[in-house]
Amino acid sequence: MLITVNGQPTELAGATVADLLTARMDDPRPNGIAVAVNDEVVPRDDWPRWPLKAGDTVEIVTAVQGG
Amino acid sequence: MSALTIAGRALSSRLLLGTGGLPSLTLLEPVLAAARPGLVTVSVRRTSSTRDGGLLDVLRRLGVPLLPNTAGCLSAREAVLTAELAREALGTDWVKLEVIGDEASLLPDAVGLLEAADQLVRRGFTVLPYTTDDPVLARRLVDVGCAAVMPLGSPIGSGLGIRNPHAIEAVRAAVDVPVVLDAGIGTASDAALAMELGCDAVLAATAVTRADDPVAMAHALCLAVEAGYAARHAGRIPLRSTARASSPVSGRIA
Repeated sequence: MLITVNGQPTELAGATVADLLTARMDDPRPNGIAVAVNDEVVPRDDWPRWPLKAGDTVEIVTAVQGG
Repeated sequence: MSALTIAGRALSSRLLLGTGGLPSLTLLEPVLAAARPGLVTVSVRRTSSTRDGGLLDVLRRLGVPLLPNTAGCLSAREAVLTAELAREALGTDWVKLEVIGDEASLLPDAVGLLEAADQLVRRGFTVLPYTTDDPVLARRLVDVGCAAVMPLGSPIGSGLGIRNPHAIEAVRAAVDVPVVLDAGIGTASDAALAMELGCDAVLAATAVTRADDPVAMAHALCLAVEAGYAARHAGRIPLRSTARASSPVSGRIA
């Protein structure tokens, strides 16, 4: 299904946030990361069971240097 | 120097440090060792790899308390979501709240800032808003529950220092929460002045990270904050428009 990840159209084979993280980062539970789906933050513990559907907008963020 | 307490949490230093602009991550550790900051700010950005965690690895290894910011957010909605993401990613409900009016001036959007502060306080955040040097807005931010206010001395990254010291004094007088001078620090004397004006802490980023020698400037700002704090509490002499001899006027040879 087609979803938008960090502003980019992305084809996802899996069904959950954890599937997406595994596909992109080789890790279903990377540290220092937060995920929002359709402007709602998905708590880390919910990643394995949070369903993604076609058209969803996902943001994956981490901390970077900043003032 | 007594410890600064914000929202019931004692900070180890009155110098807060931004990490943005350092030319190399390898400088981070020596800069932090020289600055010994009470809080260290980080931003939250999109990532595509877990390797971006290099920064967090260093900060966590050093045990530095983090203060995520919402830098670059142009609306209250964006800032609230960014703060929520930061809370989830970093495990802290403290946030340096920035809602920027436009990308040229980087000045706070007063309306969006107040709206976002109100929402974040209601969601359980400890909110430290980056604000203008306006005592009225500062009071409104405290009214909605902000734990501190962070007025700018001059525009972000400008190094122009404190352009309106009277306004900073007015902010200090207007609120009963800690005042952190944020933005505009260029060198040590700016940080000392902020403390002399009654600020409780200083946040510096560019002044350190883009100095020729960031480690040396971190050390200088650390000393300046301590000196300014000491001078503030020493009670400076009043300004006079005329001279006043410090040596005795009597007993001079004819």
